[in-house]
Amino acid sequence: MITIKNLHASVDGKEILRGINLEVKAGEVHAIMGPNGSGKSTLSSVLAGREDYEVTEGEVTFNGKNLLELSTEDRAREGLFLAFQYPIEIPGVSNINFLRTALNEIRHYHGQEEIPAKDFLALVKEKQKLVELDVKLTNRSVNEGFSGGEKKRNEIFQMAMLNPKLAILDETDSGLDIDALRIVAQGVNTLKSKENATILITHYQRLLDYIVPDYVHILYKGRIVKSGGKELALELEAKGYDEIKKEFEIAE
Amino acid sequence: MSLAETKSAVTQQLMESLQKQAPKIAFIPDAEIVSAIRQLEEKGIPNNKHEDYKYCNIEACIRREFKSVEQSFQSLGIEDIAAYKIDEAINLVVLNGAYSAELSEKVIAKGISIKSLNDISGKEKDLIASQAKSFSDSLIALNTVFCNNGLFFKVEKNNAIPMPVHIIYINNTDKPSLSNSRSFIHIETGSELTLIESFVNAGTGKVFSNYVSEKLLDENAKLTCYTFQNEGAASYSVHTNSVKVNRYANYSNTTLTLSGELVRNNHNVELAASNCEAHLNGLFLTKGTQLVDNHTLIDHQMPNCESNELYKGIASGKSSGTFNGKIFVRKDAQKTNAYQSSKNILLSDDATINTKPQLEIYADDVKCSHGTSTGKIDTDALFYLKARGIGEESARKLLLQAFAEEVIEKIEVESLKERILQLFEKTL
Ligand SMILES: Nc1ncnc2c1ncn2[C@@H]1O[C@H](COP(=O)(O)OP(=O)(O)O)[C@@H](O)[C@H]1O
Ligand SMILES: [Mg+2]
Repeated sequence: MITIKNLHASVDGKEILRGINLEVKAGEVHAIMGPNGSGKSTLSSVLAGREDYEVTEGEVTFNGKNLLELSTEDRAREGLFLAFQYPIEIPGVSNINFLRTALNEIRHYHGQEEIPAKDFLALVKEKQKLVELDVKLTNRSVNEGFSGGEKKRNEIFQMAMLNPKLAILDETDSGLDIDALRIVAQGVNTLKSKENATILITHYQRLLDYIVPDYVHILYKGRIVKSGGKELALELEAKGYDEIKKEFEIAE
Repeated sequence: MSLAETKSAVTQQLMESLQKQAPKIAFIPDAEIVSAIRQLEEKGIPNNKHEDYKYCNIEACIRREFKSVEQSFQSLGIEDIAAYKIDEAINLVVLNGAYSAELSEKVIAKGISIKSLNDISGKEKDLIASQAKSFSDSLIALNTVFCNNGLFFKVEKNNAIPMPVHIIYINNTDKPSLSNSRSFIHIETGSELTLIESFVNAGTGKVFSNYVSEKLLDENAKLTCYTFQNEGAASYSVHTNSVKVNRYANYSNTTLTLSGELVRNNHNVELAASNCEAHLNGLFLTKGTQLVDNHTLIDHQMPNCESNELYKGIASGKSSGTFNGKIFVRKDAQKTNAYQSSKNILLSDDATINTKPQLEIYADDVKCSHGTSTGKIDTDALFYLKARGIGEESARKLLLQAFAEEVIEKIEVESLKERILQLFEKTL
C-alpha cells in the first residue's frame, strides 16, 4: 500500500523527520506512538502534501506511484485520507456541499460520473448513522462551532464518505470521552477491509483497546526507534515515555 | 502650466463639451444650479490631491479616457432590455439618463407614483437637490448642471408594495460619452418598498456615468435597496446616494459591484430624527486594473438610532479597492449604536485594498465599534479542502464564495440572489 524509505523533512530549515522507514500493506493496521513533539503530525502532514514542510531526502511509494510528486488533491484522489489532529473550521462552506464537491472531484479523477443527488443523500444518511453524527451538523458549515468530539467524529464521517485506501488518523482519540472513543473506533473497525489500511497515530494506548493494531511503532525525535506487535503498546504504557526517552537519548 | 490651471482645464473642457447638448433644467432650483457652477469653477473635478478622492482620481480618469466627449447616445428597444429584467419585479428603465416610460413596465401596484423629473409638481420640486448638495461634492455639482430628465418615484402614504421595483439604468453609446442620471425616491409615511437598482452599459462606446439619487424616508417608512453594478470594462461611474431617514424609518442598502473599470460609490445617509436605522452592506470583486471605491457617511444627528455597515472585497490582478467609512455622532445623538466592519481578501501581490474608518463622536452615551481586516486566502482551510480531493481552483472558489456569503445572504429577492451568485462564480 505505502512504502516510506529514509524520509527526511524540515520546516524553516529545522529537520523534524530524520529518516523514517515504514511499510504498510493492504489489510493492516499500524499504530505510531510517541511523545509530544516527536514528529507524528509532521509525518502525516508530509504524507498528505502540506507545502510548509520540505522533504529533503527519501521516497514514498503509494500504490505504485511516487507520492511525493503528487499534489495534495491528487493524493486524496488516489485514496489517501488524513484525519486531522486539529480539524479546521471553514465558516460559510456547508459540510454537505463540501463533501459532494470532494466526492465528485474524486470520481471525476477516476473517470466516473457525478454521484446522483439521491444516492449521495442516501450515502450521507448511512455514514452519518455509523458515527452517530447529528443530522444538524452535516448541514452546518464545516466544523464551525463543533465541539472537539464532534470535529473528530466529522473526520471519521468524511472518511466513511470518501472510502479511502489508506487512512491516517492523527490523534483522533485525543480529547474524546469513552463513548465518543467507542463510536469512532466502531466506525474505523466497520470500514476496515482487506483492501484498505489504517495508520493510527496516538499518544495513548487506550485507543488500541478498541482498534487492535497489527504493528506498533515508536516515533521519537523524527525516527522510528522501535517496532513490534500490539504488546509494544502495553509495554510503553507500563514504562511510560520517560523510559523510551532515556533509552534512546543515549543511543543517539 | 500650473497645477490649478490643468485642473480647471479638464473641468472647463468637459463643461464645454457637455454644454452643447445640455437641456434647460426646470426641476432644480436656480440657486442650486448657481451653487453647482460655482463649485465646479472653484473646485473642479476632484483628483488625488482631494482627501476624499485620494485613491480615486476622477480628473485623471477623465483626462485619460474622455479626451473627447461626443455624447453619441443611441436609443434602445424593449427587446434590448429583456435580458436585464427581473421577472418578479416591476421593471422601470432610465435610458441614457432619462426616464423612459415606453421601455418601462406598466405599474399595477396601488400607491406608486412615477414621473419624469420634468413633470413634477411645485411641492415635489422643493425636494429636488435638498439632500444632494452641490457644494459638498463636484460630481453632485456636475450632475446638477447637466442632468437630463430623470426619474421621480414615490410610494404614497401607508402602502406596502408587495413586489420589488427594479430600476434599470442603462446607457447606450458608440463613442465616448458622459451621462448624468438623476432620481428621487420618496417613501412616504408608513410605506414599504424593496428597490433594486441595476446599472448596465449596452453600447460599444466608453461611458462615464455620474449618478445622483436622493432617497427620502418619511416616518415609519422602510426602504430595502439593492444596488447591482455590472457596467463592464468600458464603464467608469460615480454613484452618489444622498439618503435622509426620519423617525422610526428603516433604510438598508446592499451594493454588489461585479464589474466596471472604475466604480466610485458615495453613500451618504442622514439619520435625521430619533429611533431610525440604516444598514449598509457591500461586496466587490475586482480584477485586472479595476478600481472600486466605497465611501460611506453615516450622520447620526438624533438620539436612539442605529447603523450597521458590512463591506467585503476581493481584489486580484493589479486592481484596487477602497472602503472609507465615516460616522458622525452629533452631540444630540445620545444612545447611538453604530457598527462598522470591512473585511477584504487580496488574491495577488499587486492588488491593493485601502480601508479607513473615520469616527467623529460628539455625544458621550454611545456604542460604536469598527473593525477592518485585509488578508490572503486562508491556507489552512485551502489545505483541508485539497486534502479531501478538491482541486486548487474549486477549493479557492468555495472559500471565496463562503467569504462573500455573509453579504450575498442579505439579498432577499431570490432571482436577484441567483443572478448575483452565478455572475459571482463566473467572475471569480
Ligand atoms: N509548521 C511548523 N513550524 C515550525 N515548527 C514546527 C512546525 N510543525 C511542527 N513543528 C515542530 O516540529 C516538531 C514535531 O511536531 P509535531 O509533528 O507536531 O509533533 P507531534 O505530532 O508528534 O506532537 C515540534 O518540535 C514542533 O514544534
Ligand atoms: Mg501531533
